[in-house]
Amino acid sequence: MINILQNHLSEFISGFGITLLSSVIALVLSLVLGTIFAIMEVVPNKGARVIARIYIEIFRNIPLLVITMFFYVVVTKIFAMSGLTAGTIGLALYTSAFIAETVRAGILAVDSGQMEGARANGLTFWQAMQYIVLPQAFKIVIPPLGNQFINLVKNSSTLAFVAGFDLMYQGNEIASTTFDTINTYIVVGIFYLIITLPLSYYMRYLEKKLA
Amino acid sequence: MAMIEFKNVEKYYGDFHALTNINLKIESGETVVLIGPSGSGKSTLIRTVNGLETVEGGELIVNDQDLANKKTDMNRIRKNVGMVFQHFNLYENKTVLENIMLAPRLVLKRNKSENEKIAQALLAKVGLADKGNSYPKQLSGGQKQRVAIARSLAMKPKALLFDEPTSALDPEMIGDVLNVMKDIAKDSDMTMLVVTHEMGFAKQVADRVIFMDSGKILEDAPSAQFFDNPKEPRAKQFLSQVLNH
Repeated sequence: MINILQNHLSEFISGFGITLLSSVIALVLSLVLGTIFAIMEVVPNKGARVIARIYIEIFRNIPLLVITMFFYVVVTKIFAMSGLTAGTIGLALYTSAFIAETVRAGILAVDSGQMEGARANGLTFWQAMQYIVLPQAFKIVIPPLGNQFINLVKNSSTLAFVAGFDLMYQGNEIASTTFDTINTYIVVGIFYLIITLPLSYYMRYLEKKLA
Repeated sequence: MAMIEFKNVEKYYGDFHALTNINLKIESGETVVLIGPSGSGKSTLIRTVNGLETVEGGELIVNDQDLANKKTDMNRIRKNVGMVFQHFNLYENKTVLENIMLAPRLVLKRNKSENEKIAQALLAKVGLADKGNSYPKQLSGGQKQRVAIARSLAMKPKALLFDEPTSALDPEMIGDVLNVMKDIAKDSDMTMLVVTHEMGFAKQVADRVIFMDSGKILEDAPSAQFFDNPKEPRAKQFLSQVLNH
């Protein structure tokens, strides 16, 4: 195992970097998109609700790999893009559907009196959302949101299927040249833990801090 | 001039006729108490006044604007009409001072120092000058309700609506809240519409009492007259039940 790591350190590090980069971009994008679609699901406007519903049902009910392949194989014919880009977009859209449902659950868990009190106080729907409802909703959904983030990091391994040069891709390459499959994937697993464990602890810390 | 005027207002929840042919005029500066058995439409009626409930027929003129008209900007009405709820509805994620200062800052664009000065003065007025930095969950029910009243007053409204403000309070907290409301009622410019089961308050403070049952206004009389000599049999029966124990 030490041998594998020593002999292929640069590939592992480069794959780790790509996985981290793709995860961070997808996380930010999916959180923004997810929040937007969660809000669209609770606005009074029916058209917005329908659009959000369709978006969420499409992206959470199709396998991530299919979405990623669609961008890598089909969309790339119109907008040329690398495996990394296709994989990151797929990851962001897929995860955003789950985050939208998570955030929506949080919004619904906030007592309706909060919105009513704010509206009666003169705030617009959007002001009430921004200052009163969403901050409380996010606090409620920190634990399930943490789950989504961790899943996102692990799901970034789909980049390996579209030549994304991520950690999983490098692991596959190393395993197929060295035939030391077990040790290679153990190292790959450890590198994923280097991202996911701190993330998991950070979410717990946030949960306690905001409680 | 009338601050609030209902003209033949109708309200339905599906097939349920919640408000039937409501006609009611509340003059600027008046204090009016709305009483009646539960399910009589009191809360529905008061919630139509700031557009939390829509109305389906007739006209509802509040501060010269018709709420029955879908184009009316509710936010403009709510700027001038405050509301105090049974369950307080304080912003749980904000301190007491932030609760009071948020709407004036966002809606009225009041500057920070003036906003803070007004908020502190209002807190003192409701007897909670030392609670500015507390969060709602650290307050008792009676304190929460007094903060909620201060929050409404901070908008300098022309009218205040109270929807059963003491119904969720422990008995010994009720007096503090009623005292604050009595103070506000003394201000001759403030229009107050109060749904309550506190008959003592109604007797003492209200200019008029409205009695409702089954979505209709059955009696609308000066307070003393209503309590001494109610005309409607249903009102007589209601009073005998709430006063004789």
